[in-house]
Amino acid sequence: MKSFTYERAETLEQAAGIVAANAEAKFIAGGTNLLDLMKLEIETPRHLVDINHLGLDRIEETEDGGLKIGALVRNTDLAADVRVRRDYAVLTRALVAGASGQLRNKATTAGNLLQRSRCPYFYDPSKPCNKRDPGSGCSALEGHSRTLAVVGTSDHCISQHPSDMAVALRALDARVNVMSARGGEKSLTLDEFYRLPGETPHIETVLQHGDLITGVTLPKPVKGVHFYRKVRDRASYAFALVSVAAVVDEDGREGRYAFGGIAPRPWTAGGEARAEGGASVIAARALDGARPTGENVFKLPLLERTLKAVLKDAAQTSGK
Amino acid sequence: MLFDKPSPPNPADQGKIFGKPHPRIDGPKKVTGTAPYAYEYKLAEDNAVYGFLLGSSIAKGRIASIDASLAEKAPGVLLVLTHENAPKHKPENSRAAPQLQGPEIKQYEQAIAFVVAETFEEARAAARLIRVTYRTEDGAFVLADEKDKGKPTKTAPDTATGNFDKAFAEAEVKVDVTYTTPDQSQSMMEPHASMAVWEGGKLTVYTSHQVLHWAHAGIADTLGLDEDKVRVVSAYIGGGFGSKLEVYSDPILSSMAAIKLGRPVKTALTRPQIYNHTTHRPATIQHIQLGADRDGRLTAVGHRTWSGDQEGGEPETASEQTKLLYGGENRRVETRLTVLDLPKGGSMRAPGEAVGMLALECAMDELAEALGMDPVDLRIVNDVQYDPEKGPERPFSSRKFVECLKTGAETFGWSARKSKPGSVRDGDWLVGMGVASAFRKNIVQESGARVRLMPDGHLVIETQQTDIGTGSYTMLGMIGAEMLGLPLDAVDVRLGDTDFPKASGSGGSWGANSAGSGVYYACEALRKELARKAGFNAESVSFSDGRIISGGNAVALTDIVRTGAVEASDKAEFGDLTEKYAQASFGAHFAEVAVHAFTAEIRVRRMLSVCAAGRIFNPVTARSQCLGGMTMGIGAALMEECVVDPRYGYFVNHDLAEYQVPVHADIPDLDVIFLDELDDQSSPLRGKGVGELGICGVGASVANAVYNACGVRVRDYPVTLDKIIGRFDL
Repeated sequence: MKSFTYERAETLEQAAGIVAANAEAKFIAGGTNLLDLMKLEIETPRHLVDINHLGLDRIEETEDGGLKIGALVRNTDLAADVRVRRDYAVLTRALVAGASGQLRNKATTAGNLLQRSRCPYFYDPSKPCNKRDPGSGCSALEGHSRTLAVVGTSDHCISQHPSDMAVALRALDARVNVMSARGGEKSLTLDEFYRLPGETPHIETVLQHGDLITGVTLPKPVKGVHFYRKVRDRASYAFALVSVAAVVDEDGREGRYAFGGIAPRPWTAGGEARAEGGASVIAARALDGARPTGENVFKLPLLERTLKAVLKDAAQTSGK
Repeated sequence: MLFDKPSPPNPADQGKIFGKPHPRIDGPKKVTGTAPYAYEYKLAEDNAVYGFLLGSSIAKGRIASIDASLAEKAPGVLLVLTHENAPKHKPENSRAAPQLQGPEIKQYEQAIAFVVAETFEEARAAARLIRVTYRTEDGAFVLADEKDKGKPTKTAPDTATGNFDKAFAEAEVKVDVTYTTPDQSQSMMEPHASMAVWEGGKLTVYTSHQVLHWAHAGIADTLGLDEDKVRVVSAYIGGGFGSKLEVYSDPILSSMAAIKLGRPVKTALTRPQIYNHTTHRPATIQHIQLGADRDGRLTAVGHRTWSGDQEGGEPETASEQTKLLYGGENRRVETRLTVLDLPKGGSMRAPGEAVGMLALECAMDELAEALGMDPVDLRIVNDVQYDPEKGPERPFSSRKFVECLKTGAETFGWSARKSKPGSVRDGDWLVGMGVASAFRKNIVQESGARVRLMPDGHLVIETQQTDIGTGSYTMLGMIGAEMLGLPLDAVDVRLGDTDFPKASGSGGSWGANSAGSGVYYACEALRKELARKAGFNAESVSFSDGRIISGGNAVALTDIVRTGAVEASDKAEFGDLTEKYAQASFGAHFAEVAVHAFTAEIRVRRMLSVCAAGRIFNPVTARSQCLGGMTMGIGAALMEECVVDPRYGYFVNHDLAEYQVPVHADIPDLDVIFLDELDDQSSPLRGKGVGELGICGVGASVANAVYNACGVRVRDYPVTLDKIIGRFDL
């Protein structure tokens, strides 16, 4: 860990200003990912600006019947919120499928969105990794890639996004609220928020240095049966090999779907959460253009079959 | 005292305390954080400094250049050692672990520099400032590519009886299969850690090591110090599983720095360093050929294992149980070792059997299916009460194998199993049952102890024996209490210090039986001395309720020691009974496993192990050992694998997120039954090894249950969903 300085910001504007003015500064919220990466010198900020205690820890109802979730709402609190459990159960289920109780107590909504790759080569500073060390190459392409992405990848990076929460948010068409360092607010869909790796896998979002996520907005609830199905080798405390977030209409013909474990960002079938048809059709659209490795090609049938299981459960739940 | 004849009745047989369930006496210290582990010792003067290891990022080659100048100038740094300035070692014994002796790199994460600073963070940050260039050489990293260069070993010599080739060719029913098991990591909770203190020409090393006299010899020899100038302390150990049978860099580099700086130096390996710096269980390829007649009696038993290790290393002895477990006249058991440049191989819980049984017990399941026979019956039919290579003149000291199978089948409800795979469905889950045998050879080692009855009437037991979480403190205390007629809370057990008598240490399931025998003999000696002081004939006394009793006379022990403590020492030595008798613990594992029809996720639903391991010294801690072994067996069956990246010659998944072991949610209802058994040939305490029995075979029961559930036979461990998905009908 490189030595660093720390300060607690007094206001959001001050926090953004400090970071914007210092190329080596970063925000710190829960720290559950950043501190680990700092210990390995994968992240090396020289100045940390603490944005806890700035009032971003509230969940409020919006005028159009949705919810505005503050950036600093802890994963535990978000999962337990009665409105989330009632109207956005897929989000609660995704949250509690991730990490451990201790981590969820600390981890924040914005931090969860911004958590970084779990590719083993990203975590190994002595190995080439375009995400960690741009231009050094990708060790995973011809290496250990069993857990990595199969779609949305590039020749420069095949890392998958590790979040469960973000997959549920994608299914719900949530928007990320960003306070720009240069003033003004932006509201971005997750597809707008996350960048695909292309030739610059180290640039993971459209955030500019100093931009601050203030929260996430959920549109008004949609009717349907909520599922978060996470498939992994062990029953808990592992990242998804494949996950499916789904809100399936009562009649089972349509639903909203997002997929985790297969792509550099929460993924959908053809760029829209809303989709209709059977599991094979939806999975095929989601996996259009997939470029799996020999080690992770199993994710293709696994995604389809997981979706099949979800749709079967949805039909049973709806009594069809 | 030499144990070389079957044990006559003795005071350890009374069954008042020894053999009764008792929670571990060190438990309160552990759960209150007051049991000091190596890294946590508080010294009178709080002046310890911190070491951080820099490991090689290549597997084979040479350091072309190493520049530590930035690190030396970094804040808080007191010392940087590299091969260019480290003192030279002249090791003479095999336990030595020379460090930083030259530019040669023999394995990934080998120590190439050591930074000592005032704080851990400063040492770690400075280590990252060291600039290294390498000349990389090609290495051999893939067992499958190198196996044909394998050679026989002295450790596991080839054996052959009868005419295997003929018998196998003529067998009515046969299986001829190859299984593979991956490299595995012990993944104990406490990382390897040491604190070295150099004071007045004497070195004290607090470290985490399973066998202290090995650590003692290794550390002293490496540093060129006389053993009497070195004290090693491992009073509490947060798990070892074989990983802590070797001396690694942490005690050596800490000691080198402590001697140079005159300040205590403490060093812990980080979790990512552990996987490549320390030993692992080597991968195996196992070719098994079983031939049987129509009744299931084995006529041909063949098992050949290939594994790899660095030059001069040791094989994974995965064929060895096949020499003893089942009958059959025509046998061929072989082991081949090839050279690999991966991290050094070593012991992991039940070296040999743990992975040998993963293969053999699945092959037996395949044979049962080929025979159309129940796999429990197949095992019963092939029971043998003597060493099948040597014949009836070498019987087993005790072997309740068939009883384990029968009790287990009855208790588990085995009769409900459908022999046709894929027959049972519970919602979206396909459910299957599997069985496997458990076998672990019994090992005993010389072990000493010193016991002292104090003036206030409490008993002090001192021995180098370690407690790696197995319950040594409690068991040794129970033996002392039983022998002296005292309550357990009147016994003060002190372990893990080379100032105490040399002991067996913990490994190979030998700890309780061996160190327990040492304490037993020391207590015998103390009983004699106390009898003499009481004026009684030592042959006819008994000890009960704090008194020594002879005929109608009784004297309170506190009366004898009022004027001063009475002390005695002895050690257990073992004769040739392990040669005359085949000695092993036995058991049977039963597993019920569910496979998701859509996703192929595999989840264990319940499991039962029935064990016969001689006298169970403490059913509480023995049960914990078996549950732990079963848990580890689930890991071996379903998830554990060090993934080799042959481009870099290392294990790429080197942390606990990527090297997956079971978590609580993976462990369902596990149960253990111990059968009553006393083994008169193993030790005066009549026990056999328990600590590793639970892992031997259990993974195969899981894999067999997966097969029974969904009809897919995976011969390439671990059995993960990607290997079965799409291979069975929805």
